[in-house]
Amino acid sequence: MSDKNMRDTYCAALMDLAKDNKDIVVLDADLAGADGVVAFAKAYPEQFINTGVAEANMIGIASGLSSVGKIPFASTFACFASRRVYDQFFISSNYAGLNVNITGTDPGISTQYNGGTHMTFEDIGIMRNTPDLIIYEPCDIVSLNALVRQAAAAPACTYMRLHRKDTNRIYKDEESFKLGKGKVLRDGSDLTIIATGFVLVPEALKAAELLEAKGINAAVIDMHTIKPLDEELVLEYAKKTNKILTCENHQAATGMGSAVAKFLAENHPVKVKVHGIQGEFGEVGKLDYLKERFGFTAEAIAGMAEVL
Amino acid sequence: MDLEQLEKSALKIRKMIIKAIGNIGIGHIGGSLSIVEVLTALYYECMNVDPENPRLADRDRLVLSKGHAGPALYAVLAERGFFPAEMLESLNQGGTKLPSHCDRRLTPGIDMSTGSLGQGLSAAVGIALGCRMNDYDNYTYAVIGDGESEEGQIWEAAMAAAHYSLDRLIAFTDYNKMNIDGYTRDIMNLDDLGAKWSAFNWHVQRIDGHNIELIVEAVERAKKTVGRPSMIILDTIKGKGALFAEGKLASHNMAFSPEDRDAAIATLTEQEKSYV
Repeated sequence: MSDKNMRDTYCAALMDLAKDNKDIVVLDADLAGADGVVAFAKAYPEQFINTGVAEANMIGIASGLSSVGKIPFASTFACFASRRVYDQFFISSNYAGLNVNITGTDPGISTQYNGGTHMTFEDIGIMRNTPDLIIYEPCDIVSLNALVRQAAAAPACTYMRLHRKDTNRIYKDEESFKLGKGKVLRDGSDLTIIATGFVLVPEALKAAELLEAKGINAAVIDMHTIKPLDEELVLEYAKKTNKILTCENHQAATGMGSAVAKFLAENHPVKVKVHGIQGEFGEVGKLDYLKERFGFTAEAIAGMAEVL
Repeated sequence: MDLEQLEKSALKIRKMIIKAIGNIGIGHIGGSLSIVEVLTALYYECMNVDPENPRLADRDRLVLSKGHAGPALYAVLAERGFFPAEMLESLNQGGTKLPSHCDRRLTPGIDMSTGSLGQGLSAAVGIALGCRMNDYDNYTYAVIGDGESEEGQIWEAAMAAAHYSLDRLIAFTDYNKMNIDGYTRDIMNLDDLGAKWSAFNWHVQRIDGHNIELIVEAVERAKKTVGRPSMIILDTIKGKGALFAEGKLASHNMAFSPEDRDAAIATLTEQEKSYV
């Protein structure tokens, strides 16, 4: 596949799905350009709905569409896609047993210049409370392209965290993925770094290289699906390496790492470090600044691994 | 069905609601009894639904956005044959298929789960849009509460329905003038409610919400309206038809005794006798 950025990859996947399926409907709340779905709106105007700046209504409409057999994908910034619409998504979509797909764009520090108001470090935590909901965060365009297609076919609601603007490649085109099954990117024997998302998976891989130079052999897992958690894989690597370091662009208290820690505490206690935001609000800045600010760099991750 | 039969059915449904809620001794009696006529008109006269095939793709649909009035809809659905009337005895009991607020996963004939006020009209907009995309020749109905109309999401949905020219969406407001905490005019005044919907580009009618003939006629006019969604404001009385609840502020979620229940049912039985 060509090296489109993440949002254009998202849009291309939806357009490809819509080619053979008139039930694919894309919903937008006045952020079509920002979220990359303009091309879909132009190609499939009858399957595109802009609700204006009314995110709660967008999720209600998506729920109604699902109840008549449509497959809605509703996108907006992650802050609105989680904090603002949680009750609508919880009751009208999830409790109602429907299949609504939400795409929360620019989660965590990837919101950059929109700053603290938009910097969503809590969406995984909010969404994890919802029974049956599938939560995922692709780290590159190949996994994004594969996973969004599986979300369309999933018999449940989904919430995706989508970094919008940049291109990232971790996987080769032919790589296969399954929602709910993590990917081992690098095997290791001394500890396992479990990372999720566009920001942390590449840094975790770089951290493993830094650690290797120091004689520490780290495994790296891309936990693209946060819920349901791939418990089998977590258990396998906890047994194999006895130390787990989780990394995410999200509050440490309520995200992927806390799900891993809960599972291990109950099933196979080993040393765990949950790396993420430590109870702070976000702030404005460029991605590089924010990575340094919150310890989302290979060096910071390697440092944590060394003392684990 | 002729008008007398519809009116008689409405009396029977009122009795079923009072009996079902009375069975557990507490429930949303006021807002259930205020919408008996509109539900009777819809399910006996206006809507294309089949109790044998409650999930038919191109059926008409109803979103009871004021989901706490589930008991009224359950009585109508039971009477229309969607499920046995004995099921009403399980209302709000553990393991029931008839919870206080509408649940599309549990109850045959329920088209949307509701109960968090303000959300149902958006779902109805989505249903109407989806049905139009599918070229269905059907109608989507929604019933919202007056207190519910204080929720901002109602007006988001109102804008969207008009923007998308959903002329097969027909909504009703159960204007019983009572919130939970007091009279609507004192809690959050909605007047002029009709002018508000008109300003949102809806076709608006306002009628006596306890007159089935007027409701059926209003729905016919709404169906003939082209290019705009329809709002039919129903002037209603909360708790209508139950002596202990009628016109009482406390009737929203009210406890009542078996004696009150029996007296109300006896009164309605007397009224039924005036019909053949």
